[in-house]
Amino acid sequence: MSEPRPKIAVVVFPGSNDDRDAALAFQALGAEPALVWHGDLELPPDVAAVVLPGGFSYGDYLRCGAIARFAPVMDAIARFAAAGGLVLGICNGFQVLCEAGLLPGTLRPNASLAFACRDVPLVVERADTPFTARCEAGQRLTIPIKHGEGCYFADDVLLAELEAKGQIALRYEENPNGSVAAVAGVLNAEGNVFGLMPHPEHAVDPLLGSTDGALVLGSLVEAARMRVAAPA
Amino acid sequence: MKATVLVRPKPGILDPQGEAVESSLRHLGFAVETARVGRLVELELEAEDPERARDELERMCEQLLANPLIESYEITVAP
Repeated sequence: MSEPRPKIAVVVFPGSNDDRDAALAFQALGAEPALVWHGDLELPPDVAAVVLPGGFSYGDYLRCGAIARFAPVMDAIARFAAAGGLVLGICNGFQVLCEAGLLPGTLRPNASLAFACRDVPLVVERADTPFTARCEAGQRLTIPIKHGEGCYFADDVLLAELEAKGQIALRYEENPNGSVAAVAGVLNAEGNVFGLMPHPEHAVDPLLGSTDGALVLGSLVEAARMRVAAPA
Repeated sequence: MKATVLVRPKPGILDPQGEAVESSLRHLGFAVETARVGRLVELELEAEDPERARDELERMCEQLLANPLIESYEITVAP
């Protein structure tokens, strides 16, 4: 008997361009992806996790993610997250979650001002989260980045809090963008919302190089499946 | 009623755009010590009362125009 496929919503904003890559990756990893339009007021029923994909929502006007935050679907996502639902933001999705206040800190133009597009080595800091359970603490992952505004910023007070609470789940081994403390991925305090600048959905097929992204997305599929089996 | 909102990177916040502008100006031969780049938003408001306009502008800044983590803002309401 095959394992049940948890439904994972992938939000489509105007300007999203990794929505279908994310959906394909989740399909390949055993989930049932559902593309959800940014203008929808509700998430589809039985959604076990929500993903905000990469891209350039609303043209990145004003600040990356600043406008997408007001999309009608964001209220439903905020309610889903507040109820403990699993939410993952990738690249632009990470920026949107920060602007929406669902994740701490913010993302700024890369220190080099250059668009960075290459595979980067990452170190897993936390392997006990729904987004990294298939990894091991200290494991080195190779996942591509492609962003101009991925420089994570938190002031000293916030950064100390994030470190103390273990909210920095992924760090760059070689800092590609000037992020404070080499932060590549950060959790909310409750641990059910996660954002990262690297693109795990582009690293799930050996044809494209690394398959380390499948460890991240596969962790989420598994966590989502457990939630369907045993609702909170 | 016209108003402007000046949004700029807070002191101490790394401003790579400002640094690029600064080095370009030096290349052109200008004796520039530092440059910081912000954003100017020009608005025309329906409000008649400058006090109320200022209140609204404050809320606009808090909710959208500035990111309080990294940016400060300055509101000017035209007399």
